[in-house]
Amino acid sequence: MFAYTVRRVLATIPVMAIVALFVFSLLYIAPGDPAAVIAGDQATPDDVERIRASLGLDRPFLVRFGEWVFRILQGDMGVSIFTNLPVTTMIQQRIEPTLSLMVLTVCLAVSVAIPLGVLAAWKQGTIIDRAVMGMAVLGFSVPVFVVGYVLAYIFALELDWLPVQGYTSMTEGFWPWLENLILPAIALGGVYIALIARITRATMLEVLSQDYIRTARAKGAGQRSILFLHALKNAAVPIVTVIGIGVALLIGGAVVTESVFAIPGLGRLTVDAILRRDYPVIQGVVLLFSFVYVLVNLAIDLLYTLFDPRIRY
Amino acid sequence: MRQFDCNPGGVVPVWESGASMDRRGFLKATAAGVGLGAGVGGALGGLSRAALAQGAAARTLRFVPQANLANYDPIWGTQFVVRNASMLVWDTLYGIDNTFTPRRQMVESEEVSGDGLTWNFRLRNGLRWHDGEPVRAADCVASLSRWMVRDGMGQMLRATTDELAATDDRGFRWRLRQPYPKLLLALGKNNTPVAFMMPERLARTDPFQQITEYVGSGPMRFNRNEWVPGARATWSRFDGYVPREEPPNWLSGGKRMLVERVEWVIQPDPGTASAALQSGEVDWWETPLNDLVPVMRRNRNIRIDIADPLGNVGVFRFNHLHPPFNDPRARQAIAMAISQPDYMRAVVGDDQALWQVMNSVFTPGTPNYTEAGSEILTRPRDMAAARRLLAESGYSGQPVTILVAQDLAPLSAMGQVSNALMRGLGMNVDYVATDWGTVGSRRASKEPPGRGGWQVFHTWFAGADCTNPASYLGLRAHGEQAWFGWPSDPAIETGRDKWFAARSAAEEKAACEEINRAAMISQPFGITGFYKSYQAWRSNITGISSGPLPWFWGVSKG
Repeated sequence: MFAYTVRRVLATIPVMAIVALFVFSLLYIAPGDPAAVIAGDQATPDDVERIRASLGLDRPFLVRFGEWVFRILQGDMGVSIFTNLPVTTMIQQRIEPTLSLMVLTVCLAVSVAIPLGVLAAWKQGTIIDRAVMGMAVLGFSVPVFVVGYVLAYIFALELDWLPVQGYTSMTEGFWPWLENLILPAIALGGVYIALIARITRATMLEVLSQDYIRTARAKGAGQRSILFLHALKNAAVPIVTVIGIGVALLIGGAVVTESVFAIPGLGRLTVDAILRRDYPVIQGVVLLFSFVYVLVNLAIDLLYTLFDPRIRY
Repeated sequence: MRQFDCNPGGVVPVWESGASMDRRGFLKATAAGVGLGAGVGGALGGLSRAALAQGAAARTLRFVPQANLANYDPIWGTQFVVRNASMLVWDTLYGIDNTFTPRRQMVESEEVSGDGLTWNFRLRNGLRWHDGEPVRAADCVASLSRWMVRDGMGQMLRATTDELAATDDRGFRWRLRQPYPKLLLALGKNNTPVAFMMPERLARTDPFQQITEYVGSGPMRFNRNEWVPGARATWSRFDGYVPREEPPNWLSGGKRMLVERVEWVIQPDPGTASAALQSGEVDWWETPLNDLVPVMRRNRNIRIDIADPLGNVGVFRFNHLHPPFNDPRARQAIAMAISQPDYMRAVVGDDQALWQVMNSVFTPGTPNYTEAGSEILTRPRDMAAARRLLAESGYSGQPVTILVAQDLAPLSAMGQVSNALMRGLGMNVDYVATDWGTVGSRRASKEPPGRGGWQVFHTWFAGADCTNPASYLGLRAHGEQAWFGWPSDPAIETGRDKWFAARSAAEEKAACEEINRAAMISQPFGITGFYKSYQAWRSNITGISSGPLPWFWGVSKG
């Protein structure tokens, strides 16, 4: 197990190297010029050229890539072309809102979706099952930004229960932190809840048809015990896999959610950086997201051993 | 039920404070009450935070700017949003008023020699930087030297400067080789880059590198530690600021801040910004989306008015280097065919208060506006004549590449109208839908369209930049040195020189008429119309006025 974990951690190094090369190359060949954006609409071509030179953008690809890799290896992600702030500082400024949003969304989604999926499986073919699956289809179908606008309109504008936008750090208090995240977490969690609920239902149906469930029933086990102790635990591996895969969905959804609710997170930072061609920031954030995704997958793999003792590495 | 203010020792009943409590405030207070049940210490902490938040909100002006404040060096980055934010921190030697007259700002007096070659300036007494140091003439000399490298008028001044040096702590002399009658306008104009004054240690930074400190002598101090680019920027009132006695008028007069703190809340989504304004989470929105204005008008707590009477000029920019628009007849054909109402309705909708037809290259409603020689725009639109003229130019169906930025709504709208217009003229349109970052890069290419170049792109010029030729880069017509599109027209340049040499309003107007006549023949760019935008604010905010940028001085929050 330990050796496996070490091997997996080491395997992230070539993965990150490939991601780094891919991102750098993609940005190099992508159209657009940060110097033109910096110079503004009224700049002369000479101004743009001088800014490009001052940013080092006129140097060859390999020189720029080499310097960047050298700095990354020293833990330096570089400095934003626009803000002149270190990329690490910008990420630090933004990581708390995104992390808060994602953790709250995962907690909300798991605590809602798994009981719903179990309920739908238990009541297969009934109105409850159809209602849950109908909601799942709705969750998949309605875009995050539409859900966000509707929630903001009802709960912020009409009822005035929650704020429309913004983020308050947890250091300012739990309720101010939570009240800013409730609507975004619900909006972002919609797809995630739908995904987990559907996979939970499908897996539970499969497990509930197994012989050992019939045996448990024959032995007089209660419905709750059968559902949550015997069935759900054995259905956990695919569910956990989907939860892990869904983190990528969350990262993508966070970009939209953070824009709709004006949350100063990494998603908005990424979009702003892409629109301005702020190369160091794009590279830093994409590397970070890749790293997080690799780690989440590793964590999921390790969790398998908890739910299914037959799995050994 | 109680409402709390910022007085940590006092609890003021809501009927005494005059404030109202909304449902969210009630929930917060209830939460605090729950805290009281849980533990006295925690509850007191909760009450104190609520009280502080209420008081701070009353003294803080929360503003939604037109764009993200991504950098904060008004000489290095010339975006309007940077200029607007810089007005809070950095002051200017002169500032224009609403008649475009430069007025003294940091300067106490100036003297000019009879030949117009030597200017002596004296700074006002008592001016201080935000770090407490006095403002010295040497600071201004260094600031002007940096600004001159980046600004169009500054570059003209630099080319004719013989000496620019401090004479003592408050005085500096500027000796020129040729008279420059527009010197004070150059120092007081609002067009980017503005001649902001900075401490010498900052002003010595290469103009193509960013400054690393944000110290000025303006009415507000920048809270660098609170700056989250893309999300928030804040300023606190600078108590050491010495305002002029005159009432504020655009960039001139006493810039008295009536709030203690200004907070810029970056809102990437207009729907969210609208909701935040309606719910009172922000106080003032600089550029509300026109589609959302009717919704906000229904809210009795929101005021809406024109933001900038100088508006914007929609631009159909030709590439003068390559066919078909290297032939003036092709450009004239487009000018004859353009229907400005079509463009303007696409850009701002049916609100007639927001747009008008513009038959001049100069901003409507300003002293230099002239329709001299504008018959090509004023006579009825004639598509058949335009097609004939296009054919005479030699155009025979070659692809015409138009770059259209989709991420900027006015440009996307103009691009769609142009697509229909050019197809209507029988042109083979190569419609490149992309983002502004790509347009900004590709428009710099002088290559033929087939090799990465272009023939048309859309943009807009701020009306404030089009009031005269001083900062009107799009009107420059000195060939390869000109702004993107590189028009060449000696007649326009001659008229421009005459304007710079003019010593009276009548001479200036005559020069502008000459420029307009020339521009209507050579068509450096097509005009798609003149349009304005709204600004919106909460009814408890007073002192907001119209202008080419948002003025924060004189604005108070009730």
